[in-house]
Amino acid sequence: MTHEEDGTPMTPIPTPATTDAPATAAAVGAAPAAARDRVVFDVRDLSVFYGEYKAVRDVNLDVHQNEITAFIGPSGCGKSTVLRCFNRMNDVIPGARVEGDLRYHGIDVYGPKVEPVEVRRRIGMVFQKPNPFPKSIFDNVAYGPRIAGTKNRGELTEIVERSLRQAALWDEVKDRLDRSALGLSGGQQQRLCIARAVAVNPEVLLMDEPCSALDPIATGRIEDLMENIKDRYTIIIVTHNMQQAARVSDRCAFFTTEVSEVSDTRTGVLVEYDATDQMFSNPSDERTENYVTGRFG
Amino acid sequence: MTTVPIGADDLAAATEVTLEANLTPRRRVTNVVATVAMVGSFAVAAIPLALIIGYVFVKGGQVVDLAFLTESIPNSYRRVGPGMGPAVVGTALITAAASALSIPLGVLGAIYLNEYGKQNRLARTIRFMTDVMTGVPSVVMGVFIYVVWVLRFKEQTGFAGALALACLMLPIVVRTTEEMLRLVPDELRLASLALGARQWRTTLTVVLPAALPGITSGAMLAVARAAGETAPIMLVTGLTYHANWNLFEGNNTTLASQIFRNAGQPYEAAQLRAYGAAFTLILLVFGCTLLARLISRRFSIK
Repeated sequence: MTHEEDGTPMTPIPTPATTDAPATAAAVGAAPAAARDRVVFDVRDLSVFYGEYKAVRDVNLDVHQNEITAFIGPSGCGKSTVLRCFNRMNDVIPGARVEGDLRYHGIDVYGPKVEPVEVRRRIGMVFQKPNPFPKSIFDNVAYGPRIAGTKNRGELTEIVERSLRQAALWDEVKDRLDRSALGLSGGQQQRLCIARAVAVNPEVLLMDEPCSALDPIATGRIEDLMENIKDRYTIIIVTHNMQQAARVSDRCAFFTTEVSEVSDTRTGVLVEYDATDQMFSNPSDERTENYVTGRFG
Repeated sequence: MTTVPIGADDLAAATEVTLEANLTPRRRVTNVVATVAMVGSFAVAAIPLALIIGYVFVKGGQVVDLAFLTESIPNSYRRVGPGMGPAVVGTALITAAASALSIPLGVLGAIYLNEYGKQNRLARTIRFMTDVMTGVPSVVMGVFIYVVWVLRFKEQTGFAGALALACLMLPIVVRTTEEMLRLVPDELRLASLALGARQWRTTLTVVLPAALPGITSGAMLAVARAAGETAPIMLVTGLTYHANWNLFEGNNTTLASQIFRNAGQPYEAAQLRAYGAAFTLILLVFGCTLLARLISRRFSIK
């Protein structure tokens, strides 16, 4: 845990440098059951508006600690919109408005006293298109820790190495940390963005279609990465790729669009939220069944 | 009746396979005309530039040497000999002061316009006024500073010249910097925001470094314009024959205004000094631009 019960922030506990060996199945399974039952986000009746247009309505779900939760569904049904609510990135979109309740360990993320910067320090985000800064690889990963106040070069080097190892990128870049990040390939850049996000030691990692711009091999590497870091972070991933959701996630939330008969506008709606095995083998809603069996979308 | 080829075999049989261009005569003519027009336009633009630079270098090179650059200006236009020292000092100091005034202000203004103000009323007003200011004639700026500053302090000084030049440089810096900031992709700002950075830090550590080469170019454009301005300098800075290192006291002079004064004289000595001053001015601005590019490359991505 990186915070007290009442939400006052604690300084992040530095994680000791780990080896490259991926967590064995036994170690993953040994993540305490109590931790995995712990609810990180509690979402009640969340609706998002862009101006007058209601983009998503009435989302109800809870995200559990140390699990990978996937948002799946066809394009344009509000998955990314809902994802951006968790770290208040919708704030930067002019006209965006959120109604309803979104609680992070019991604290309302949209409360009046809540500082978005503090929210984003604990809830990191990886975007669809890799967006490394035009700086060196080292400076990219060290960017977050420097903001948080770490100035000591030794500490920064340690954090950079740890993050790059977690992102399965260390071996490929350890000899060229001071070269520009823009010289990396697409898959490497995305892993760099993941390293950058985990460098600040967040509790939650939001991933907005992280593999959609990558080839299958790079995608596979990132999925392995997610499996390996699952015991340290809580991950929410938006994906178009149903098979990816089935491979990687513990729980799934299926979204779709509803067309309003009155105004002919499309609004995103959460259809079903269930454990992944359940959703893919025995979905409750017909729309879910149509989607996961590939009859549409 | 001609048979219409259907299918690949038919088509191949109908015409020989060739990958060469198959232009109609009309297309060929158009090609030639367009090429001539392009090359001709470039020549029309480039040849005068080459001629000017060549002529100035040939005539100015005759007189420019270390003595020319350091000795005082002769009291009489008729006298043969160097130099333009005071003008070099004046140009350097006044342009530097004008840059120190206008570049930081312009960059900060552009940051406000693009990162904070965006499309709100204040930002739109500032943008409009900046555009208007770009079109104000330099002599009008000179008159403005004359009335507001020189008359008040009852003295023509180098600093007044710096003020006038700063007024001329400011709109250029603001507009080019804003364009450069706009070119920085938004996804970089989002990435920084998502890492928990506040807006000022995002602007300072991500946006500005990314836009730096472009901002430097814009600043150099402004400096080049300012270094060559004559009318405002003559109004508010006056004239001196000896180097004046103090911007705030006493008259000063610049290479540009010396060129104006000397080139109009009937004496060849004065005209040669004018050419020398022109030569020096071109070199000075060129050197400045080169320096700025080197600095910018040193600080941008490897």
